Amino acid sequence: MAEETPVIDVQDITKSFNGKTVVNKLSLRVSPGEIYGFLGPNGSGKTTFIRMLCGLLRPDSGSGVCLGFDIQKEAEKIKPLVGYMSQRFSLYEDLSVLENLSFMGRIYGLQNLKSLVHDSIERMGLARFANQLAGTLSGGWKQRLALTACLLHQPRLLLLDEPTAGVDPKARRDFWDDIYRLSEQGVTSLISTHYMDEAERCHRLAYLSYGNLLTAGTADEVIATAGLTSWLVSGDNVHLLAARLKAIEGVEQVVPFGNTLHVSGHDAEKLEQGLHPFMDKDFHWQKTNANLEEVFISLMQDREVQ
Amino acid sequence: MRLGDIFSLRRFGAIIGKEFVQMRRDRITFAMMIAIPIMQMIVFGFAINSDPKHLPTVILAADHSVFSRSIITAMRNSGYFQIIRTVASEAEADLLIEEGDVQFVVTIPEGFSRRLVRGERPALLLTADATDPSATSNALAAFRLLAEAALTRDLEGPLRHLRRNAPPLNMIVHARFNPEGIAKYNIVPGLMGVVLTMTLVIITALAITRERERGTMENLLSTPVKPMEVMFGKIVPYVIVGYVQMGVILLAGRFLFHVPMMGNLALLLVVSLLFIAANLGVGLTFSTLARNQLQAVQMAFFFFLPSILLSGFMFPFRGMPLWAQRIGEMLPLTHYLRIVRGIVLKGNGFLQILPNLWPIGVFLVVALFIGLTRYHRTLD
Repeated sequence: MAEETPVIDVQDITKSFNGKTVVNKLSLRVSPGEIYGFLGPNGSGKTTFIRMLCGLLRPDSGSGVCLGFDIQKEAEKIKPLVGYMSQRFSLYEDLSVLENLSFMGRIYGLQNLKSLVHDSIERMGLARFANQLAGTLSGGWKQRLALTACLLHQPRLLLLDEPTAGVDPKARRDFWDDIYRLSEQGVTSLISTHYMDEAERCHRLAYLSYGNLLTAGTADEVIATAGLTSWLVSGDNVHLLAARLKAIEGVEQVVPFGNTLHVSGHDAEKLEQGLHPFMDKDFHWQKTNANLEEVFISLMQDREVQ
Repeated sequence: MRLGDIFSLRRFGAIIGKEFVQMRRDRITFAMMIAIPIMQMIVFGFAINSDPKHLPTVILAADHSVFSRSIITAMRNSGYFQIIRTVASEAEADLLIEEGDVQFVVTIPEGFSRRLVRGERPALLLTADATDPSATSNALAAFRLLAEAALTRDLEGPLRHLRRNAPPLNMIVHARFNPEGIAKYNIVPGLMGVVLTMTLVIITALAITRERERGTMENLLSTPVKPMEVMFGKIVPYVIVGYVQMGVILLAGRFLFHVPMMGNLALLLVVSLLFIAANLGVGLTFSTLARNQLQAVQMAFFFFLPSILLSGFMFPFRGMPLWAQRIGEMLPLTHYLRIVRGIVLKGNGFLQILPNLWPIGVFLVVALFIGLTRYHRTLD
């Protein structure tokens, strides 16, 4: 079945700059129509990996295919089928919305450019800005323009590098609606993000740290494999408890969430023993599922301990 | 693989179109491109003088006598003239002066000594390449005095009576190419090279560095566009800018300063392409080295300063010490100045400018080679 051939299927991709390994033997498989979330601290190699997929950088070693083409040898054939949105706004600030889109369309050699650009502008709600210089748009609209530009040539794969950084919630919601709509049409997206709520929206996730892929799978799978036990504490002045809980053996994280605390650790028994003296009537204790943020922070801490 | 896979005219055209729109948006830079030639022309309209010595001179002697030897010795001793050799024919002397190999030709006509002895006041001809008046004026002034003084010493004994007469010989100075010694004639065509160097190197260096600094290069490289298309698409608009600047200077030179146009305008326009390309090559190389636009401008000035100081634009080339001349010979502006002055003021043809054309070509190849190899490296 041609449809089920993975869109991205790469093995042992490695890239280093000046002897420093930025991406270390990364293997990844993404199915058609999937929204794949890419998470990890700053400098974990997310951007470098995305740049290798779209042909901006050449991997030092490793192999694989992207949209059926060899990433080492056929980067030029991959480029026309990929829509890449870089972390920074990278269209021309001194060109208008219309000029930017026409330029990108001509670069991709598109036919019926005029009507195509017109339709995209209408569809993405950019019509009232058509003749405004891109540099004068607000952050949210710039992001929208960038997305419009990388969708113009109807790519089969979107590589989006922190597309929603610095964008307000409404614009983020609109952005995700578009991504879901595209996903239904069979467009695959690889999205790097720092936002947990966005991570939860992805079909599958991968977590990177210092160039290594630490975990991958659906959000539930990632949480399950982390093996974290978590307690939710609520009550008056619960925040006064935080400093004391942190000192207990077995407690790895104490995170405030509004008027509650999340207390978690890997060793469930040790954790419960440690917490027992505090379980009095002043506070309400409840065993709960670890959330993604706790899982990722714990992954980061484990990494630093090593 | 189709040709369009390697180089697509459509994508190339897209880049050119985009550059022009950006150029139009950037009003200040656009105004500068036009204002710089005009401003410089007015500023440098003032002559810059100095006192160059050891100017190459050849002797065309049809008369070999003690008198002619005295004149030559005196010229040499003055320090202004460096006698390279004697030439046999007028044609050879003309060629040397047209190509700019020598600054002066001293012609001692046949029967010079015989007529001198008879008191017939024979003619002594000094032909000067006066393209750059500041290079020759001091030497010319010295020549008038020293020839007379040299002869006076020789007119001894029975010839003593010749001293009494007003100058024993008739000195004729023939200042070629710029007979009135008008500095503007030299400065204005020279400015063409200076302005092209300044604006083109800076603008190309900026054009590419700006794409990188603003992050737009990353976007561009993720599209199917090829490095060659980006590079040439960025260079071509500025070639056109270069020609616009040349037009401004030529027109201003013609109507504001009344500089004559002795040679072929078409030839000038064609050979200028090589010079423009050489400068764009330098700009391109700088843009691959500079991390930001400020650095790009600094590098452009680093190249521009020796160009303007050592090319013979600011100071007569032959007035500079040898090491400075060596550096000057490596710069494209030095050769371009000679070409422009040759065509505009001397009416040089292709063969006469050829000795100054190939060094620009060599420079271009080297600059483009470095630029292109560096450009490819920056992708990874």
